[in-house]
Amino acid sequence: MLAYISRRILFAIPILIGVNLITFVLFFVVNSPDNMARMQLGEKHVTPEAIEKWKAERGYDKPVVYNSEEDGLLKITDTIFFENSIRLFVFDFGQSDEGRDIGHDIQQRMWPSLIIALPVFVIGILANISFALLVAFFRATYIDVWGVVLCVVLMSISGLFYIIGGQYLIGKILHLVPISGYDTGLDAAKFLILPVLIGIVSGIGAGTRWYRTIFLEEIGKDYVRTARAKGLPEIIVLFKHVLKNALIPILTGAVVVLPLLFMGSLITESFFGIPGLGSYTIDAINSQDFAIVRSMVFLGSVLYIIGLVLTDISYTMADPRIRLQ
Amino acid sequence: MNTSNTQKRSYSLFIVPLLIAGMHGYASFIWDAQPLVLWTDSLVYLLVLGVAGFLVYASGKEHLRDPWKQISRSRLGMASLVFLLSFVIIGLLDSIHFRLPVENNSQQIANELNTEIQYGTETDSMLDIWLGPLKTNVEKTYSAPFSAYQFTKETIEHDDGSRSREYPRLIFGGAHLEHPESEISADVLSLAIKGMILGFFAWLVLVGVVCIRRQKKLAKSFKQTFLDILYGKTESALNIVLLAIGFIFIFIGFSAELATKYHIFGTDKVGQDVFYQSIKSIRTGLVIGTLTTLIMLPFAVMLGIMAGYFRGRIDDLIQYLYTTLSSIPGVLLIAAAVLIMQVYMANNPDLFETDVERADLKLFFLCVILGITSWTGLCRMLRGESLKLTSVEYVQASQALGVSHLQIIWKHIQPNVAHIILIAVVLDFSGLVLAEAVLSYIGIGVDPSMHSWGNMINSARLEMAREPIVWWSLLAAFIFMFILVLSANLFSDAVRDAFDPRIRKQ
Repeated sequence: MLAYISRRILFAIPILIGVNLITFVLFFVVNSPDNMARMQLGEKHVTPEAIEKWKAERGYDKPVVYNSEEDGLLKITDTIFFENSIRLFVFDFGQSDEGRDIGHDIQQRMWPSLIIALPVFVIGILANISFALLVAFFRATYIDVWGVVLCVVLMSISGLFYIIGGQYLIGKILHLVPISGYDTGLDAAKFLILPVLIGIVSGIGAGTRWYRTIFLEEIGKDYVRTARAKGLPEIIVLFKHVLKNALIPILTGAVVVLPLLFMGSLITESFFGIPGLGSYTIDAINSQDFAIVRSMVFLGSVLYIIGLVLTDISYTMADPRIRLQ
Repeated sequence: MNTSNTQKRSYSLFIVPLLIAGMHGYASFIWDAQPLVLWTDSLVYLLVLGVAGFLVYASGKEHLRDPWKQISRSRLGMASLVFLLSFVIIGLLDSIHFRLPVENNSQQIANELNTEIQYGTETDSMLDIWLGPLKTNVEKTYSAPFSAYQFTKETIEHDDGSRSREYPRLIFGGAHLEHPESEISADVLSLAIKGMILGFFAWLVLVGVVCIRRQKKLAKSFKQTFLDILYGKTESALNIVLLAIGFIFIFIGFSAELATKYHIFGTDKVGQDVFYQSIKSIRTGLVIGTLTTLIMLPFAVMLGIMAGYFRGRIDDLIQYLYTTLSSIPGVLLIAAAVLIMQVYMANNPDLFETDVERADLKLFFLCVILGITSWTGLCRMLRGESLKLTSVEYVQASQALGVSHLQIIWKHIQPNVAHIILIAVVLDFSGLVLAEAVLSYIGIGVDPSMHSWGNMINSARLEMAREPIVWWSLLAAFIFMFILVLSANLFSDAVRDAFDPRIRKQ
């Protein structure tokens, strides 16, 4: 088991290096720090001194990959590439373009993101699977047909409208909960209900349809016919046999996104004014803070790769046929 | 097969006079216009050529023609196809751009004065010409749908010198009425009914034409042909197609009567007609949904098949490439790339002449970026499938006989993965249209000056706090997006059901 896990982690390293190189090329080679400075300081009337000052404050005035003026190891370490890219590997995100400590910000902001994303994820999956089982139980009847049509209709509505509609209906007309905002501790609950609810509802269409196809694929298999032939009621067949065997494809989709829950959702957080990582990213995009966007890209890929490793591990637990080689 | 031809022909029979009618009166303008091919335009033309080429190719292949027959029998699929096609026609009309000469400066005068024609800076499309007054009927600021008054109060100076705060009359909306309070509902209603009846009669004519053509071809009585169509006793779902076209005709009649005299969906902050904006947004949505796929398709198909066919080092390299790219969360990669693109464009302003070209180039880059983030899924599927195919006996036999790799891929692999490509293309479309709205909302989508549903939602959202709420921009964007995405989803379901061999067997 340990050997298997470490092999998976070893396999992840070249991918992380690749991601790191991509972000480096995107942020420092395609565009020189000069261009960034000019963009940040206003495009036209910028003096070269102002650009130099901007770059020096952020450490972008160093050579890109090789510093010939320094000695020994500093030739490599005192460069933009080392300072801004290699350090990401030890989660040293450095400072944002406005001078804030990104690592500290991330630690602060990942919890509000998680508090919203986790219930959406857990309740959402349970709701989707229950609906899908229900539709699969009534397969090839009108309930199934119209259920699928309803799913497609729900899928065709942009996520933005779920949020706008929910805010308008529940927040503005019914006055049940505040439209947006966030608080710490138990007071947070009244701010969380609406985004969580909307998150679940907006995922039902696509989710139910996806799980329905998985279940239907399993239902067509031989062991289900055997189970029915020996006289098991349909409920038992569905819950005991089909659900268990459908676990592998369900796990593939679910476990991979688990670590990414920390990143939050961009639009939900910005609509509801929640100080999580999603709204952090949006703010960075709007203020064109390259350091933060770069860190988030790297963090996102690290979390995704962790998700991949977790998926592999969860397979071995769910499916005894998979051997750890 | 014959009926689908008939349908297509009768459809175009109706569209052509409509177009001619739309251009009538502007013909002299167009004659002098300077054509302008934007980046995305040229790709749209390329795409049309590609689709036409594919249709010609597919009509000769049984394994591709047969599923289309199945689709033509699917009622939901055909209805959504009709709606999709009407969107596509609008998008294509909106992809023919030109600059009109400045007024009083037509060719004749230019010849007399021996000077060049002066062209305006504004870029128009065929659709703008067609919609004419919708573009130019600009009010001062917000106004509600079917209203003759502005949404906000203004200080108005009366003839006798006194001033009062009131809702001023609109310049265009309901301007033909003398006493809007008492007349407006009756006027709107009568115009709506008139338009819908006109649309209905146009549709009846179309149904008649279809019946007569079928009757001649099948040598049945007119009544029998009509009843066959009505009860769905045709090879394809002709009744549903006609019904969907009927809806569209009635809507066209309705909006044609009302849109010139009122603002059907109100006006936005700068007084522009929201209905016009929503129609103009169709092209943006379609371009993102289709060009992204067009750009990424060659890479995904080539790399996917190569990885599966050649295996070994090439496979490792390609797998590494797409695993790395797909491990960066899509939105973040898009955000990073769009930010970099904005910097690049801010530093290279000489790449484009006008704002329209600038916005267009931005749209093109957005498609490229979306393409880079979305090719990995298809590539992975194609790799898996061609991996399986290379170990099949007939492929191994061809290899043993010394058939070249290219030929094996074209003759054996390609026909076996074609359905995967087609299904992926159609499935991706609706997701991309939805993605555009979200990206524009985040601020990393299309240029703010470009008409798009995302931009409409974004600007309307800022007014959510207003009391009473400005809801019409949101409603218009919602309706148009919903119809497009829903029909795309339903159509892609029909395509998948018809092409996926696993589903076909059931």
